[in-house]
Amino acid sequence: MQQFVNTVLGGLTLGMVYAAFALALVLIWRSTRIVNFAQAPMAMVTTFIALQIIEAGHSYWLGFAAALLAGLVLGAVVERVLIRPVEGKAEINAVILTLGLFIVIHALAAVIFGNRYRSFPAAFGIRGIEVGDTTIALTGFGIFTIVAVLVVMGLLVLLFRFTDVGLRMRAAAFNQEVARLLGVRVGRMLTLGWALASLVGSLAGLLIAGGSLVHPGYMDSVVVYGFVAAVLGGLDSPGGAVVGGLLLGLSLSLVSGYVGSQLVALAALAILMVVLLLRPQGLFAQGRERRV
Amino acid sequence: MLEVRELSASYGAVRALREVTFTAPTGEVTAVLGANGAGKTTLLRTITGLVKAQSGGATYDGRELTRTAPELMPGLGIAHVPEGRGVITELTVEENLRLGGLGRRRGRVRAEELERVYDLFPALADRRNALAHTLSGGERQMLVLGRALMADPKVLLLDEPSLGLAPRIVAQLFELVQSLVVGHGLTVVLVEQNARSALSIAHRGVVLSLGEVVVDERADVLAGDDQLRHAYLGF
Repeated sequence: MQQFVNTVLGGLTLGMVYAAFALALVLIWRSTRIVNFAQAPMAMVTTFIALQIIEAGHSYWLGFAAALLAGLVLGAVVERVLIRPVEGKAEINAVILTLGLFIVIHALAAVIFGNRYRSFPAAFGIRGIEVGDTTIALTGFGIFTIVAVLVVMGLLVLLFRFTDVGLRMRAAAFNQEVARLLGVRVGRMLTLGWALASLVGSLAGLLIAGGSLVHPGYMDSVVVYGFVAAVLGGLDSPGGAVVGGLLLGLSLSLVSGYVGSQLVALAALAILMVVLLLRPQGLFAQGRERRV
Repeated sequence: MLEVRELSASYGAVRALREVTFTAPTGEVTAVLGANGAGKTTLLRTITGLVKAQSGGATYDGRELTRTAPELMPGLGIAHVPEGRGVITELTVEENLRLGGLGRRRGRVRAEELERVYDLFPALADRRNALAHTLSGGERQMLVLGRALMADPKVLLLDEPSLGLAPRIVAQLFELVQSLVVGHGLTVVLVEQNARSALSIAHRGVVLSLGEVVVDERADVLAGDDQLRHAYLGF
């Protein structure tokens, strides 16, 4: 029983991070029909920025805030400088660009930050909470992870549902031409969308790094899990990304706890294939008309 | 007054508009008629800058439109209502309407405008929180029209508003357009294949054929001239 509870708690915590990462992918997919493979190294870079700041003797929170801000800026710059010129061309162009960016950021990070493992601090304890005479696997940092992702998601929902900017962003994502005729500056909205997505990705990067080791490739497996989570939920649906992330985190945690941790990557692949075979539009995609 | 002068545009090597010239006087409905592929939709898209003009241009009260970004049209009082697809189906009815009023600064003005649109289209008020993809064709047309009115435009460019609608709904819609022209002094350019209905509310009729203006005539004269009607309008 204790093992089950711990497995589930671990899965939920991990699932929240996957959910955040999947959300970052969905935000970009929804507005530009691009799977941003560079999301992982972008988050890696911002995590290293946080680490440099923390290792220079500043507080964890300053590093945390700087990483999120850097994510925001990095996302905007990537959209403006790299993606904008191929906007409106075949989508494969942009996807190849993000793959190229993946490699370039990797190489640069190895040169700048060093191609070795460095330990990243956690803001809160990483020891389990003691309940009576047993210890459950929910750590202080685990709780922080869950709360941080929930807060960011809540803020995004507020932004998209209740503000003019959010409405403009959604209009630009769904129908660029109509949005333009209604006075929406579509280009700016796409830049903002990439910036926000990159911020959410950076958050995921920080949360995975917390209390663990980082190196230039530490996020690479997460892009795979985030992608599986996003597909699981339906690439178009932010809510689906969150549920997909939680489901994936739980499933992988159960596989790891009861079957064997070496099978986790295989299980993720199996889940992806099953979803693509049985429900390729994802669990939560809305039935939408095809646009001509 | 909306003036189009010697406007030409093309898609690649295909000339879509050839030196189109006509005037849409303030407070009147100008119907732009013609067969499928005559260039009617392209005409509107070129006026609002969605399609690049090759030469010539269009002005509203002296201000150049064709070389102005489409995003700036609402600010100039121009509302381009594209064909029925112009509803953003993933948003709710109210979100679609709010989108039309984003250019208005003051929240109270927006709220008043929203209520006015709901008064005009009670069917939309009943479904304000429904996703727009659940609306019928007629309701969608009301939605795009209501959304255009949210910006309090001076010029309405309507692209095939009757497309796919039952005759009874078309009649209601055109009656409404007419009342807007009378009540608000709107200038309307009405692109239509349904020539008979369009001419019933229009003051002038401009007929396009292969991208060229072949007739520019008072609507009642055009509707009453058997030869013109048979040659170009098919009724």
